Amino acid sequence: MPSQIVSLIVNGEQREFIAAPGATLLASLRESLGLTAAKRGCAQGACGTCTVLVDGRPEASCLVAVETVAGRSIRTLEGVAAGGELDEVQSAFVDCFATQCGFCTAGMIMVAEALLDANPEPSEEDVIEAISGNVCRCTGYRPIVIAVLEAARRRREQVVSR
Amino acid sequence: MAKLRGRGYASVNYPTGMNLGGDPSQALIHATTTGTFVISLSSVDLGQGIKTIAAQCAAETLGLPIENVLVDTADTDTGPHCMGTFASRGTHRVGNAVIMAAAEARAVMLEVAAEELEVDAADLETDGTGFIRLKGAEEKGIHITDLALAAHFKHGRTISGRGIYLKEPSVPVPETGEMDPDSCQAHACTAAAVEVDDETGVVEVLELYNAYEVGRALNPAMATQQVEGGAWMGVSHALFETTEPYYPSRDHGPRDFAGYLMPGPADIPVQHSLFLERPAANGPYGAKGIGEMTANAPIPAIANAIFDACGVRLDSMPFTPERVLRGLDALRRKSEEEPC
Repeated sequence: MPSQIVSLIVNGEQREFIAAPGATLLASLRESLGLTAAKRGCAQGACGTCTVLVDGRPEASCLVAVETVAGRSIRTLEGVAAGGELDEVQSAFVDCFATQCGFCTAGMIMVAEALLDANPEPSEEDVIEAISGNVCRCTGYRPIVIAVLEAARRRREQVVSR
Repeated sequence: MAKLRGRGYASVNYPTGMNLGGDPSQALIHATTTGTFVISLSSVDLGQGIKTIAAQCAAETLGLPIENVLVDTADTDTGPHCMGTFASRGTHRVGNAVIMAAAEARAVMLEVAAEELEVDAADLETDGTGFIRLKGAEEKGIHITDLALAAHFKHGRTISGRGIYLKEPSVPVPETGEMDPDSCQAHACTAAAVEVDDETGVVEVLELYNAYEVGRALNPAMATQQVEGGAWMGVSHALFETTEPYYPSRDHGPRDFAGYLMPGPADIPVQHSLFLERPAANGPYGAKGIGEMTANAPIPAIANAIFDACGVRLDSMPFTPERVLRGLDALRRKSEEEPC
């Protein structure tokens, strides 16, 4: 199987690159496009730190062969801070001490983005379920759950003030 | 069959630092042309927050805003020496080295300010907002940005300082084994409330109460995070983590970390944490180390709570359902053999 040119819409921008046979979405983002926020943890879909949004749905990008998502819309952490401003989820993670060593943070924020896009008023159980595929070894999860709930509150307030 | 509740507690004394051949760390600090104080360290921040603590210690000692401090831990080849991030030593060793370096830099800063303002350095004070002022005459002062520029381009001075903290090696007394292996000891107690399902053997940790004597919590929010994140890891060791879980055949067991069981976000106990502060004489602003100890007390506290709940005394980690059920079976056999 030869290498092929793959086109993706990454954070709203059309990107084309040459993908080696079997290249994963994660490897393509990191090595072909230089987007290194998504991390390679277990490389078998168990830790969640490689999570990106594919057409708005969280996916373990280490398990996705990139040619299978050609032409689709990919959102990574790099696309979250519009114009360099932290969004509600990111600022809540900072304010609630939801990040420590930082290795899980990109994946945690992406699943939180997908959750809040789908459900602006999540319960604590909803948040726990949303992040349950993402491993954090530092925080004990509690600050992350609190941060996502806080982000939801901030986002709802913004909608009201608009 | 029932869900049985129990409570238990355990305490820990934990040393800060060690002394295999001495245990030093160094810090260098210098001001840039615009008055940013760069701390050079080889000490690595892997999420425990040493960069924040180093910046706090420097800002406090210099008398400048923390925004004026930049911590550079870029290169262990070229940076000043550090023994490493272990033995709960970072805050204590690095904090002390940074304070020593910042004190030397502060003295130079005040000397240059004294020349610039044509006053005696002993009459100067910092106001914490970035100004060096003449005591009792607030209008006579200079901002650190202007002072750093003047030091570089007018006075030919480097506003800089060197710091090291060395815990000297302590050789045991041959007759008694007596030695002085650490610098101070932090103390903690955790009380755990658990629920044991006597049908499935599953143990759930409901609540943890953590009390920590830490010398001084230099950053209370980060200290709380360390205590509660560490307690989660204690719960993880106590109930989940093993490379050899009970399976009928080893072939069915996990082969890598993807199959290594850890608690997830749904297994979080409610935690209540508080600090007692008794500043340590040799600690940076009184702080002791609380890195590693935070995972320790929860484990025996949970074991004691399981005993309180169902009478099963477990002395091997983790306290898996299989071990709990075997313990309950043994209790039943014993009560059948010895009817009361």
